[in-house]
Amino acid sequence: MAVLTHKSLAAQDHELSESDKQLKLLHEAGLTPFQDKLTDSGLFPLKPVELDIFQINMGKMCNQVCKHCHVDAGPDRKEIMTRETMLECLDAIDKTNCSTVDLTGGAPEMNPDFRWFVEQLSAKGKHIIVRCNLTIIVANKKYNDLPEFYKKHNIEVVSSLPYFSSTKTDAQRGDGVFEQSIRALKMLNAVGYGVEGSGLTLNLVYNPSGAFLPPDQSELAGTFHSKLKDRYDVVFNDLFAITNIPISRYLQYLVASGNYEGYMEKLVNAYNPVAAANVMCRNTLSIGWDGYIYDCDFNQMLDLKVAAKGQHLSDFNATELQERSIIVNQHCYGCTAGAGSSCGGTTT
Amino acid sequence: MKTYYDPEDLKKFGNISDFQPELGKKFFDYYGSVFADGALTKREKSIIALAVAHAIQCPYCIDAYTEDAMERGYDEEQMMEAVHVAGAIRGGASLVHGVQMMNKYKDLSM
Repeated sequence: MAVLTHKSLAAQDHELSESDKQLKLLHEAGLTPFQDKLTDSGLFPLKPVELDIFQINMGKMCNQVCKHCHVDAGPDRKEIMTRETMLECLDAIDKTNCSTVDLTGGAPEMNPDFRWFVEQLSAKGKHIIVRCNLTIIVANKKYNDLPEFYKKHNIEVVSSLPYFSSTKTDAQRGDGVFEQSIRALKMLNAVGYGVEGSGLTLNLVYNPSGAFLPPDQSELAGTFHSKLKDRYDVVFNDLFAITNIPISRYLQYLVASGNYEGYMEKLVNAYNPVAAANVMCRNTLSIGWDGYIYDCDFNQMLDLKVAAKGQHLSDFNATELQERSIIVNQHCYGCTAGAGSSCGGTTT
Repeated sequence: MKTYYDPEDLKKFGNISDFQPELGKKFFDYYGSVFADGALTKREKSIIALAVAHAIQCPYCIDAYTEDAMERGYDEEQMMEAVHVAGAIRGGASLVHGVQMMNKYKDLSM
């Protein structure tokens, strides 16, 4: 297991574990309302395009306590999706034409029904993405066969690796995480993940280890490919460069390090209308561990449920959701800065 | 506390055009062109700027190009090597004048 140096904000009873406190802080910055920027760009109210992705948060439990985690996940978080809610997810998915189901957490693999759920989705022929933190694969013997399981269901594995060295990776994700991540990447490579011609996709996610914006995605991908190959003989497919969104633990880091105002100004100044038009919440629905429906995983963590009558899977109404307006707030500047940011990397 | 340098002043750099708009505009147009992709990439120019910022010891430039270099994917090791390049050139500039000192010494000696 990675050495844990932090507790979740929730376990610390930190005020920024509460969504209303986070929203209040974001408004106190006195920056141009995000809604006004969207209005200037002719995008307000922000409406969905055709639904393509169900992103399902299977729980907040995780074996890591990353400093930037927008979920405030960790071993001390016990919120986890039940099989009953998973059945509701499957019913809802059947009511849409979505092509992709994106499983996230926490560490989704720690949910005891994770494999059962993947098997159900696989039987439906959906493209499945698992956001795997890598270290879970080597955290316990019972997870060592995850690469084979992913392969069996042709899952796209998307994994965070903020840098090709231990210093930056461990500073963000915990002591020892880099070494364990490399071991896990080698296990994924060994079954074919990331290997040319295998058809098994292994994508990496870079996000800045600090209060700055990500570099150019394609330039960075080139560097990651060569460094990981040369130093560790590790291969992968694409690199997604993601901007840190100023909520939860990353927001707490910004405030504690004195970088909050500067970072927010940077995001606002970097607002890009093209990125705003391509934000991922337009073709995605985000489902919480308890079955509530959100526009995105960030809105989920801020408890901003969809603006629709049916806010829970038990009242799922695809038509009504398609007609909703997406809820925006000051944190949305994170997805519209520079080249844009989504769970699939840049958006421009 | 009053100081000669205020980090907030960096944001006001553009204000130099207030007192002389024509030359200010020429400078910022030139500056923008210099840092655009050319025979050297923006990324390469960023690390050069970081080294030069240290050579000329400009605190505004150091702040600006440290951040810029991080956002262009440089890590701390690469950035410190760039600072050493500045240090080596500055140190070398002093030491190479040692030859002048030696020449003069020899001129004045029996």
